[in-house]
Amino acid sequence: MGNTEVAVCANSNEAQIYARVGDAWELQHTLAEHDKLITAISWAPQSNRIVTCSQDRNAYVWTPTENGWKPALVLLRINRAATCVKWSPKEDKFAVGSGARTIAVCSFDEENNWWVSKHIKKPLRSTVLSIDWHPNNVLLAAGAADAKAYVFSAFIKGVDSKPEPTVWGDRLPFGTICGEFSSPSGGWVHDVAFSPSGDVLGFVAHDSSLNVVYPSGPGAPPTAYISVKLTSLPFLNLAFTSETQLIAAGHDCQPIVFTGSSSGWALSHSLDDPTSSSSRPLTPHGTGSRVPSGGVGRLGNNEAFNMFKAADSKQLDS
Amino acid sequence: MLTLRSAPASPQSNTLRPYLNAVRATLTASLTLENFSSQVVERHNKPEVETHTSPEVLLHPLVVSRNESERVLIEPSVNSIRISIAIKQADEIEKILCHKFTRFMMMRAEGFVILRRKPLPGYDISFLITNFHSESMLKHKLVDFIIQFMEDVDKEISEMKLSLNARARIVAESYLSTFA
Repeated sequence: MGNTEVAVCANSNEAQIYARVGDAWELQHTLAEHDKLITAISWAPQSNRIVTCSQDRNAYVWTPTENGWKPALVLLRINRAATCVKWSPKEDKFAVGSGARTIAVCSFDEENNWWVSKHIKKPLRSTVLSIDWHPNNVLLAAGAADAKAYVFSAFIKGVDSKPEPTVWGDRLPFGTICGEFSSPSGGWVHDVAFSPSGDVLGFVAHDSSLNVVYPSGPGAPPTAYISVKLTSLPFLNLAFTSETQLIAAGHDCQPIVFTGSSSGWALSHSLDDPTSSSSRPLTPHGTGSRVPSGGVGRLGNNEAFNMFKAADSKQLDS
Repeated sequence: MLTLRSAPASPQSNTLRPYLNAVRATLTASLTLENFSSQVVERHNKPEVETHTSPEVLLHPLVVSRNESERVLIEPSVNSIRISIAIKQADEIEKILCHKFTRFMMMRAEGFVILRRKPLPGYDISFLITNFHSESMLKHKLVDFIIQFMEDVDKEISEMKLSLNARARIVAESYLSTFA
């Protein structure tokens, strides 16, 4: 909290919370409840709660107490791995994407004192890989492995008040599809993000494309659908820094800044170009040039191999 | 299925280089793997390229071929990639040597980590790289390993063939010398 703590998962079934102490990061807590790989962690900054989800099909909401963080199981009702989780901006609900072709939108049930979920099923046909919340706390964007990015309404009666009409639509009962966009060459969608205003949707796909959609209104085709095709490896993440700038990062091991507007988007610059001299050698080198390795796998210099190779002439010499 | 064919040129090394470069570029692009839990079987995590149960997470297989007998099949998917190599076999001896050599390696597949126990039909040896391999090993080293293997296997087999021929000649000479 206050930019002094961070929760990480080191590719295992435990999440760890590190706190900033002086110039170092110190392990404070270990959140161990999942029994398979944790796929996503989301920390709500105002209400100070953490939600984790895992390939064991479960999600836990962690609340801080005097004796460390206390988990509460979420009734997700999914039967495949949970892949991504995110708190809504108001932190009264969160969404969990899953391999069960479902998004579970969870809210707290005061009566029974647990987290319950409502499912968005249609028209998802594959694993949900990423989700993002609209700033109005109702709309939810999702990217799936069926090469589509969706915008849904996740309006829950009793939790949300009626939202202001946006470019995505005005009447928004739960599960309304407000937008459905395909990646240009059919790559699965790795990440989706709304711009700070929520009026622009960006998504990156495995076909090395960055797509930005400007919707015009409910039912109408979008004002602009900009697709930037790149020669680099696919991006895995993107984040808007403003309405006209976003940062994307992926398999190329360097964050790249893009700028643009509804008339077009273009690559601006890389934040960590390994070929430029000013960058620190953080990222591993590409595979362009091969470093000759001394002869691992080569049998030519091997003593045993040479013995057998010389075995045929041995008989004559003796 | 797509087929890339390297330009037909006369000297050996001149065709080997573009062939290996094409394989290297394809491997680099396809080794963009992520952890992907099975959406068919509960609580399982399987290489999708082997199970073939979710067509949307498989990419187009690609064949890079140098000539009729030397080619590489690369099958990428969301969490795994399968590389099958057809090794050059000019005559019967090379066929036998190649079979023995690949069999020797495949019987010890767990020692090679990414080696598949059986090759795909039509190919001599197959590798299976999953996201767990690319998480624990450096990606460019994996690519280097495959390329180095392809470079060396031809050398290895022709070396073995030479020593086999030499040995056969010596055996024949010493056998026939008793009748001289």
